[in-house]
Amino acid sequence: MKKTLFAVLLTSAFPFAWADINVGVSVSATGPAASLGIPEKNTIDLLPKTIAGEKINYIVLDDATDPTVATRNIKKFVAENKVDVVIGSTTVPNSLAMTPVAAENETPMISLAGGAAVVEPVDAKRAWVFKTAQNDAHMATAIVQHMSEKKMQTVAYIGFADAYGEGWYKEFAKVAELKQLKVVANERYQRNDTSVTGQILKILAAKPDAVLIGGAGTPAVLPQKTLKEKGYKGVIYQTHGVANNDFLRVGAKDVEGAILPVGPMVVATQLPADNPVKKSALDYVGRYEAAHGKGSVSSFGGHAWDAGVLLGATVPVALKKAKPGTPEFRKALRDALEGVRNLPAAHGIFNLSPQDHQGFDQRARVMAVIENGTWKLIK
Amino acid sequence: MDLQVFLLLGQDGIINGAIYALLALALVLVFAVTRVIFIPQGEFVAYGALTLAALQAGKIPGTIWLLVAMGVLTTLIEGARLAKARQLRRLPIFALTHIGLPVAGATLLWLVPPTNLPLAAMIVISMLIVVPLGPMLYRVAFQPLASAPVLVLLIVAVAVHLAMIGLGLLFFGAEGSRTSPFTEISFDIADAPVQGQTLLVVLSSAVLIAALYLFFERTLYGKALRATAMNRVGARLMGISASVAGRLTFTLAAAIGVFSGVLVAPITTIYYDSGFLIGLKGFVGAIIGGLVSYPVAALGALLVGLLESYSSFWASAFKEVIVFTLIIPVLLWRSLNARHIESDEE
Repeated sequence: MKKTLFAVLLTSAFPFAWADINVGVSVSATGPAASLGIPEKNTIDLLPKTIAGEKINYIVLDDATDPTVATRNIKKFVAENKVDVVIGSTTVPNSLAMTPVAAENETPMISLAGGAAVVEPVDAKRAWVFKTAQNDAHMATAIVQHMSEKKMQTVAYIGFADAYGEGWYKEFAKVAELKQLKVVANERYQRNDTSVTGQILKILAAKPDAVLIGGAGTPAVLPQKTLKEKGYKGVIYQTHGVANNDFLRVGAKDVEGAILPVGPMVVATQLPADNPVKKSALDYVGRYEAAHGKGSVSSFGGHAWDAGVLLGATVPVALKKAKPGTPEFRKALRDALEGVRNLPAAHGIFNLSPQDHQGFDQRARVMAVIENGTWKLIK
Repeated sequence: MDLQVFLLLGQDGIINGAIYALLALALVLVFAVTRVIFIPQGEFVAYGALTLAALQAGKIPGTIWLLVAMGVLTTLIEGARLAKARQLRRLPIFALTHIGLPVAGATLLWLVPPTNLPLAAMIVISMLIVVPLGPMLYRVAFQPLASAPVLVLLIVAVAVHLAMIGLGLLFFGAEGSRTSPFTEISFDIADAPVQGQTLLVVLSSAVLIAALYLFFERTLYGKALRATAMNRVGARLMGISASVAGRLTFTLAAAIGVFSGVLVAPITTIYYDSGFLIGLKGFVGAIIGGLVSYPVAALGALLVGLLESYSSFWASAFKEVIVFTLIIPVLLWRSLNARHIESDEE
C-alpha cells in the first residue's frame, strides 16, 4: 500500500519524467468536416513513433467540427498532457479558435486548414501557428491563370454560404480583377441543400464563359449536376476542397470534365519524374494505401502527413537546445519551424520563414481534370 | 426573370414541396396520435436513402445491424413487462418476430449480396430494413412515457434524433450518396425541361397522400387512429389500445420517411445528417397547419418548397433565413386566431 502510494506520488510529481515528446492532435473526425478529418486521423497513425531516438506520444481528440470543442481540446492538451506541439485543427474556424490558447501557452501549433487567415499576417499570436495546407490564394491564382490562358472573360461563382465559400470568393475575386476577368454572378448555397436550381438559373442568365464552384467534398457535386442538367456548355471549375474519392463516387458522370487545382500528391503517379515533389508524395500515398487499401488516399490526409514531416525535420534541431516538456523546447521547436528550408513533403516543398508560416510555392499545386472518373494531370 | 425561369423555379419548388408535404403529414399524424413532436422524422429520410444507396453499391447497409439490435432491445423490454404480467408464454412469438426475422434478413443479405436485384426489389428491401425501426423506436423510447407531458416527449425525441444522427455517421460514413435515378427520360413542358424523375416524385407523393386519405377514411385501423387523435381516453374506452395506435403511427411515419428518402435520393446527395433539415422544413409546413390540419400542413409544406426555390434565385445567401422566418408570422397569426387548447391536461 505504502509502495503504491509512493509510486502514485512519484508519477504525479513527474508526469513525463521520461521526456517523451507529446503531440496533441485535434481533428474534425465527426461533424460537417468529417470527410476531411477522418483521413487526417488515419494518417496520424502512420506518423513516426520515434524521432531522433525520442518516443513520440500522439494524443488524438475529435473536435466534431466545433470551435468550442477545439478550444477545449487544446486547453486539455496544454494543461493535462503538457504537450510540446499541437497538430490541428481541420477547419479554419476551429484553427482560429485554438490560436489564442496556443500563443498564450507558447506552444507551437500546426494547423491543417486551408484559409490563409490562420497564419496571415504573422502577428504576436500567429507567431506560434504554422500550417501545412496550401493557402486558398495559391489555388485561386492557379485557377485564374488557367482561365486567362484559355481566354475567358466572364465567370460566375457559386459557393458555400459559410466561411469556406466566402473566403474563396474573396480570394478569387481579388485575383480575377487583376487578370481582367469579370465576375458576373455570385451565388451561395448550403452544404446540405437539396436543390440549387434557383442559383443556377440566375448564373445561366448571366451567360458566363466559366463557373467556379466554391465547395468542399461531396456537397460540391450538386451545383455541377444542376448546371449540366440545365444545359450549361461552358467550363466548370472546382476547388481543391473536392479532391477526395467520395466526390468522384457521388458525382460519377455528372462531374466529368471539371477542372481544379490540386496538391501534386493527388496525381502523384502521373507527375513527371523530375518533379521535386513526386518522391515524397508517392512515399505518403504508398504508406496510406498499404494501411487502408488501394485508392483510399485523399488530399486531406496529406496535410496531416506534412505536419509529421515538419516535426521530423524540426524536432532533432530543437532537441539539441532543450529537453522535451519544457518551455525552452517549445520555443526551440517554434524557431526551428521558421528555419525549415527546401523540405519536400507530400503536397509541396516547405520554405518557411518568420514572415511565411505556410511555406509552399507554385510547386505545391497542379491543375487536374476529372476524366473517366479519376483525376488527370493537365500538363 | 422571364417566364421560363419562373416555371423552372416553380417546378423545383413543387418537387421539394411534395417531399416536405409528406413529412409534414407524418409529423401531424404522430403528434395528433401520440403528442410526440417527432424530430427524428428526417432521420428516416436519410436512413432510407442511404440504405438504398448502400444496397446499390453492393454493400450490406449498417441499418440491418441496428434493426437486429433494436429487435433484441424491444424483446428485452417487452419480456420484462410480460414477466411482470405473468404472460411469459407470449414471449416466444414476440422474440421470433422481433429478433428472428431481422437476424434471418441479415443472414440472407450476407449470403446473397443484393447487387443485381431490380430497383423495385431494392426499394422493398430498404423499406423492410428501416420501417420496422419506427414501431421498435416507439416501444423502446416513447411507449413507457406515453402519458408524460409534451415537453418530456419532445426532449426524448431530441435525444432519439441525436442518437440516430450519431448512428447514421457510424453506418454510412461522413460522405453522402446518391442513388441511380428511376428513369432517365426528360421532356419539355412550355419550353421548360422536365426530368422524368421529378415528375415521379410529385406523382408518388400525390398517390401516397391519396392512399393516406383512404386509409383514414375507409379502414378500421385508420378510423381507430383518428379516434385516438381526437380523444385518447374516449378511444381507450371504446377498446382502442393506445400502444397499438402508437406503434401503428410510428410505422406509418417511418414508412413515409423512408419512402420520401427513396424518392429524393436520386435527385440530390443525401448525407447522414441531411434528414434533419428536410424534416425541419416539413415541420415548418406542419406548424402552418397548426400540427392538427392535414390539408393545411400539406399546403404549408408546398409553400415552404416554393418559397425556398424562389428565394434561392433572388437571395441565395439568405434562403434558409427566409424559409425559417416564415414561422414567426405564422405563429403570430395562429396564436391570435386559433382557440387555445391545453393539450397537457387530461
